[in-house]
Amino acid sequence: MTGSEGAPALQLRGVSAGYRGRWVVRDVDVTVPCGAWVAVIGPNGAGKSTLLKAAAGLVDHTGEVLLAGRPLGAMGRAARARAVGYAPQTPELPEGITVTDYVLFGRTPHLGPLARESRADLEIVADALARLDLADLAHRPLRTLSGGERQRAVLARALAQRADLLLLDEPTTGLDIGHAQALLDLVDELRRADGTTVVSTLHDLTLAAQYADELVLVDRGAVVAAGPPVEVLTADLLAARYSARVTILTTPDGTPVVAPVR
Amino acid sequence: MTTSTQTPAGPTGARPLPRATRLAARHVALTVLLLAAAVALSVLLGAIDLGWRRVLAEVVAQLTGGTSPLSEREAAILWQLRVPRVVLAALVGAALAGSGAAYQGVFRNPLADPYLLGAAAGAGLAATLVMVAAPGAGHGALGPVPLAAFVGAVGGVALSWALGRSAGNGTATLVLAGVAVSAFLTAVQTFVQQLRSETLREVYTWMLGGLGTTGWDEVLVVLPYLAVAAVVLCLSGRLLDLLGLGDEEAGALGVRPAVVRVVVLAAASLATAAAVAVSGLIGFVGIVVPHLVRLTTAASYRVVLPLSLLGGAGFLVLADTVARTVLAPAELPVGVVTAFAGAPFFALVLRRARGRAR
Repeated sequence: MTGSEGAPALQLRGVSAGYRGRWVVRDVDVTVPCGAWVAVIGPNGAGKSTLLKAAAGLVDHTGEVLLAGRPLGAMGRAARARAVGYAPQTPELPEGITVTDYVLFGRTPHLGPLARESRADLEIVADALARLDLADLAHRPLRTLSGGERQRAVLARALAQRADLLLLDEPTTGLDIGHAQALLDLVDELRRADGTTVVSTLHDLTLAAQYADELVLVDRGAVVAAGPPVEVLTADLLAARYSARVTILTTPDGTPVVAPVR
Repeated sequence: MTTSTQTPAGPTGARPLPRATRLAARHVALTVLLLAAAVALSVLLGAIDLGWRRVLAEVVAQLTGGTSPLSEREAAILWQLRVPRVVLAALVGAALAGSGAAYQGVFRNPLADPYLLGAAAGAGLAATLVMVAAPGAGHGALGPVPLAAFVGAVGGVALSWALGRSAGNGTATLVLAGVAVSAFLTAVQTFVQQLRSETLREVYTWMLGGLGTTGWDEVLVVLPYLAVAAVVLCLSGRLLDLLGLGDEEAGALGVRPAVVRVVVLAAASLATAAAVAVSGLIGFVGIVVPHLVRLTTAASYRVVLPLSLLGGAGFLVLADTVARTVLAPAELPVGVVTAFAGAPFFALVLRRARGRAR
């Protein structure tokens, strides 16, 4: 393991990110403990995806991004890709590529630029396919998969990357509630089994409250609230930030449910 | 019954491994066989019938140091006319088809061809300038016309690259720059050509492309560039597949998409420039061959690039055989044959593949 003992999986200190001279996210502080699931929420255009990309080193940024205590800027590209798995909101699905080939892409940071995958890489791919119930689809072209199966393939690719930190940008995009729950259950299982840290953006506030340990509410490029779901999901805060009329219900186990009212 | 020798499977134990798309030995073998058949046919066909037994005996004699059944003149026809031409056709075909596949990978566009960035227009303008300035100047491999064509092709691509870079970062910008540069250079070329109409025929003949040789010089011009390009392309298959994810995702996997693009485009463009220098403009090979490979095998560039190199060689050898035999003793421009024979065949394969996919 790299980094200093006991350091949080991800730390953003005074981070501004986006495009040089036109930051989308400004002066943000976020700390994600090891093994936690943190959901980034906020209205459209708040800078949720940019925040995630800053953590993956995919956009310009100033300030400090620390991965397990190591500054992101000091890591090479491959080292960074071994530490952080990133699944974008709308992944590109190359034509004609099979599910196996796609999941194998996740092994890229572990291979030299011109190397071929080894048997060990294929075993890791087989493991990822099996855990996401894709083994039967392994040789199908990626584009012939249904929406739910595609999201699972994207997750399998991130899993094959064997990174300690997983950044998922809207992993439930385009999924109905059943498929969304199934996918989030899978992420939860995986992170509990492997001790992986998860940071995801989520549109659905109720699902976010049910799956994440902590929520980070972003609005206009700044963190406006952070903490356990019960503290962040208040009717006043959501009314102010989303311009939404909602009431907060509570399930018997104390999880908040965000219900729109008319 | 406890005869099974299988040990209890761990999490990854006895599970059959998934198959990654890789170059299959049978596909290579089949393509090499096609190439060999095309070469044999092309060497045997010509204005003078040498007879396949005697050619075979001659090859054996050359290998073992025995006595040749061919007369000195016949041996010269074989080794100084036919074989170099066949080898040149193979090299040019490999260069164009391999470069076409590489361009398609870099631009993530199935219609990209090796002339996309101005290689053809640059070569055309430079060659025309030389032919107009010095009518009857040497077309030999090391003569001024091929040299100008090579420099023009490299210059055209470099110009497109510089223009594309100055306007933005995306591959779409680069394609547009290529279109602009090609249009401009072609306009200048046409102007110069019309200015000196007495060289029209010479210019036109060069433009249509041909594989007439003056011995082995042309082969030696193309070979080093193609060798380097072939190695680079065969090693870049996995990286080109990764470009299909888009720059952001490829970057998140630790790849530098911009570096991959520069290296692959440079290798492919140099091979194209060398091919254009010795054979003029031969269309269609760079698009049709990679697609034939894709439709019959796999979409992964790990498969498409090596098989396009081999398949392009076989395709152009066959096309050139047709070009110099159907109207013998006259010759058809080989570009006419590649399009005339290639297009319907391609349409056929396309229809069948689409039918299968349904």
